[in-house]
Amino acid sequence: MEFAELIKTPRVDGVVLHRPFLPLVEGTLCLTGHHLILSSRQDNTEELWLLHADIDFIEKRFVGSSGTIIVKCKDLRIIQLDIPGMEECLNIASSIEALSTLDSVSLMYPFFYRPMFEVIEDGWNLFLPEESFKDLESMTDEWRLSEVNRDFSICPSYPPLVVVPKDTDDDTLLKVASFRHGGRFPVLSYYHKKNGMVMMRAGQPLIGPNGRRCKEDEKLINATLRAGKRGYIIDTRATAVAQQAKARGGGFEQEANYPQWRRIHKTIERYSVLQDSLIKLVEACNDQSHSMDRWLSKLEASNWLSHIKEILTTACLAAQCIDREGATVLVHGTEGTDSTLQVTSLAQILLDPSCRTIRGFQALVEREWLQAGHPFQHRCAQSAYSSGKLHGEAPIFLLFLDCTWQILRQFPCSFEFNENFLVLLFEHAYATQFGTFLGNSAAERSATLKLPQKTVSLWSWVNRPQEMEGFVNPLYEPNSLVIWPSVAPQSLQLWEGVFLRWNRSSKCLDEAYEEMVHIIEYNKELQKKVNSLRRQLAQLETEEI
Amino acid sequence: MENIRTPKVEHVRLIDRTNPRRCSVGTLYLSSTHSIFVENTEARRETWVLHSLVSSVERPPVSPSGNPLVIRCKNFQVFQLLIPQEKDCLDVQASLSRLSRPERYGELSCFSFNPNLNKEARDEAWSFIDLRGDYVRMGIPSNLWYITAANSEYRVCDTYPSDLYVPKSATPSVIVGSAKFRSRGRFPVLSYYHRDNSASICRSSQPLSGFSARSTEDEQMIQAIMKSNPASEFMYVVDTRPKLNAMANRAAGKGYENEDHYTNIKLQFIGIENIHVMRNSQQKIIDVGQVRSPSMGDFLWGLENSGWLKHIKAVMDAGVFIARAVAEEGISVLVHCSDGWDRTAQACSVASILLDPYYRTLKGFMVLIEKDWVAFGHKFSHRYGHLDSDPKEISPVMDQFLECVWQLMEQFPCAFEFNERFLLQLHTYVYSCQYGNFLANSQKERRDLRIQERTHSVWPHLWKDQAEYSNPLYRADHSQTQGVLRPVTTPYCFKFWKAMYNRLDQASAARQSPADCLSAVREETQQLEEELSTHQEVPRGTVHSPTRQENSFSQGEEDGGGAKEDDQSQ
Repeated sequence: MEFAELIKTPRVDGVVLHRPFLPLVEGTLCLTGHHLILSSRQDNTEELWLLHADIDFIEKRFVGSSGTIIVKCKDLRIIQLDIPGMEECLNIASSIEALSTLDSVSLMYPFFYRPMFEVIEDGWNLFLPEESFKDLESMTDEWRLSEVNRDFSICPSYPPLVVVPKDTDDDTLLKVASFRHGGRFPVLSYYHKKNGMVMMRAGQPLIGPNGRRCKEDEKLINATLRAGKRGYIIDTRATAVAQQAKARGGGFEQEANYPQWRRIHKTIERYSVLQDSLIKLVEACNDQSHSMDRWLSKLEASNWLSHIKEILTTACLAAQCIDREGATVLVHGTEGTDSTLQVTSLAQILLDPSCRTIRGFQALVEREWLQAGHPFQHRCAQSAYSSGKLHGEAPIFLLFLDCTWQILRQFPCSFEFNENFLVLLFEHAYATQFGTFLGNSAAERSATLKLPQKTVSLWSWVNRPQEMEGFVNPLYEPNSLVIWPSVAPQSLQLWEGVFLRWNRSSKCLDEAYEEMVHIIEYNKELQKKVNSLRRQLAQLETEEI
Repeated sequence: MENIRTPKVEHVRLIDRTNPRRCSVGTLYLSSTHSIFVENTEARRETWVLHSLVSSVERPPVSPSGNPLVIRCKNFQVFQLLIPQEKDCLDVQASLSRLSRPERYGELSCFSFNPNLNKEARDEAWSFIDLRGDYVRMGIPSNLWYITAANSEYRVCDTYPSDLYVPKSATPSVIVGSAKFRSRGRFPVLSYYHRDNSASICRSSQPLSGFSARSTEDEQMIQAIMKSNPASEFMYVVDTRPKLNAMANRAAGKGYENEDHYTNIKLQFIGIENIHVMRNSQQKIIDVGQVRSPSMGDFLWGLENSGWLKHIKAVMDAGVFIARAVAEEGISVLVHCSDGWDRTAQACSVASILLDPYYRTLKGFMVLIEKDWVAFGHKFSHRYGHLDSDPKEISPVMDQFLECVWQLMEQFPCAFEFNERFLLQLHTYVYSCQYGNFLANSQKERRDLRIQERTHSVWPHLWKDQAEYSNPLYRADHSQTQGVLRPVTTPYCFKFWKAMYNRLDQASAARQSPADCLSAVREETQQLEEELSTHQEVPRGTVHSPTRQENSFSQGEEDGGGAKEDDQSQ
């Protein structure tokens, strides 16, 4: 197998492992095609199994004849391996470097992983567009499922099936696609059952420097407006950025051509800025020697929380337009695969209670991220320890999860899942044994990589009752209302569960969580007992009569 | 009453701070103790603001919609009113300005507050907290420590309590000599005794050492304290001030212990800033909390610029250092600052909270405040501006202590019997003077004012509402509850206390609190437990013997009724 060539030294004895919060382990280090394994070969010490794909960056240090490798993981953990022997250390380091940066997706672990559990419900078939369209059909007949993109030729980043206004035929879609960035013509993202308003998303219109227009595009989106009603176009870019885009063939909807729409510009940053922000934030969190002033100034300088605030504000705006103003909304940025999806998916969490359930959230991730063509493979190739030239890596999805966590924190009873579930998705988006987050689009996933046939879905594993248990929020009480989180800076916090996870022990917080679970479970148990006794009593009473 | 220029103004608008476009119209009444706003609606919702809680009354420029009046409170609440007539507005401002700055103690609301208690109940309420009892709990008096009568009638130190605990070997002459060598006579006395290992925390003010002065008695006193911890060979003297400040004090004939004169002491400076720095810092953080729609950058910059969290961390670090010395090294600590009533109170009480689970209970926390703050002469009336007096004496010393406790709650959610609401309520009472506990500046002053005869104690009142103030996650037998707390004091562990400094945003959002949900669940659980015990009175097997059913059923009912009554009487 190809991997053997990359592994110069497959095993080294006497390696010492340092991990956060755990005692040192001395043992044998083994490299396999996909894992770095350290085992003390004693029953009672925990082994380390680290996916090469989870390694973001390594550093080597040498003292005398022994070396140290600092392994920085994509989940932000930092571990240290003390390796006796200079040559072994160098060999291990270069093997890890090679194995953790494999170019070919098909060599990734998910293609080799065989589940140790029985797949009861195949995650690949859980969230089919046909199924969700059936739900839509039961509420409205104004939309149809188009197959215009069945061979991915119109829009390579769209799925084969998309929902479009009923009266818009496929020929029109073809023309509109040529007017939108990446062929991303406006499609339905969300239907607000309460008032029938909709949210659509697209790529930027390609008006270019000369103000090109496309009648079909205007007609398509106008078809979604109620008679006499105005709609909102939320452009996730600042006005100046959108203006500049014209020079490169892009741009925004001109008022003259879209008189029924009001355009609002927000300023969600582009991916390179966000990646830089993540790097700075994690650097600040990892330096424990900071004084208070330095910490706060670094936290501020990272701008991470500013990005959170901006994204949430934009999502709230979209939700407000739909729910409060009773207006139709179209969201786009440049490509429509990053900030656009952050906004449309977060707005749905605010508006639609079903997105706050575990299944509903999975469906949302599937629909608004995976099917909608967020390039996971590119964005999550590197995490916070990346250095050197980047190739489109950015924590777009992590920001979405962080925003979700902020809402969850403000509405701790309105979500069926807990923080652990969000952390899990973060981990698996970056490194995983499952196929769910591989590839950059539906086309790559199904046509090129054949993931449903060759890999296991994350959902197949997560949805097993024994796994699910750990992700259920004990405080959950279904809340059918729209929720409005505060986006004031005082209300937004650093997501400790991700960013301080490896820097401070969470023992006491975990204990508090367990205590909470215990209180609620005990309550439920008593309820059960009391109810059964009440029934018995009632029965006895009726028997008396 | 002569201070109230206008007792009633109609058609006043109370503006919703969260949404300035919203407001409610109603009538504003000024009583001798409160401003009361009554809405003109069916519900006639009332908003009461104690005059003693008002920190400032501002009159921004007149707007077309009326004469604005902004009332800022000492607990950081803000009320914004619009008054139709300028004259009324001026009158209200003048009245409130006067009423909120009483010149004599007698004007404070605690002297007119009457919760309908008879004399017996009032006396009983005042003996709710028993400080001698707390020392007994710690194992004092013992063969090493005793209670000295040296300060009866406040003869040696008028800012100390009359009951003081000192080492057995500290004779009256040592006490008097030591007191003469300490600022304001505040000689070293016992604050906390760690039963597990005999290490103790003592407190005092700075020594009058200047550049060369020394006192044999003071040195003997320190030696006696060290000897009272037989296993140890040295003790720490924690000077909670920045070293530079401590050195500057030497020029004024004060300063810190000279390590050459005192045998076996280790001097440690912590660097908590003085009351003036803290006052300015808090003003900045209040401003940060009250900016309308700031950007994230503005907010974080403001937070950094205020220095507030840095100061909170300094107080926490002091507590952590002392607790570690006592619990882990088994070394006794003498804590002082300048006068020994601000930073010293903070450091000792934070350390005690970390060391002793008892102080993390509702009752224990009351005891701790009564001991380290009230009894030891923290100058409540000066620090919290109870009377119209020198503004330079005002400083949020207690605020910082309460915030340290809140920061600890964030790190140890199961460790405290009480909740955040309790801290906030206590903070309000410290400022509001509805009860007499926090009045004046020392035990002697309170005795002279006959506080116990003329006002009421806040503790039984808070105790009565303990359901409201209890932390649902607290369990006396939980591992987090027991033993010493070891908090992390890396900067990122300190958070902005939103409930304190951003009451505005809190009021707006009827957001969910996990603690409140849990409290509700626990309450329900309790009811279920009661119901269950009622049902289980039904003897097992009755289901199979129809003849006995009726009997046992009614019996169950009766028992249930009885159990309920018992419950109420508790």
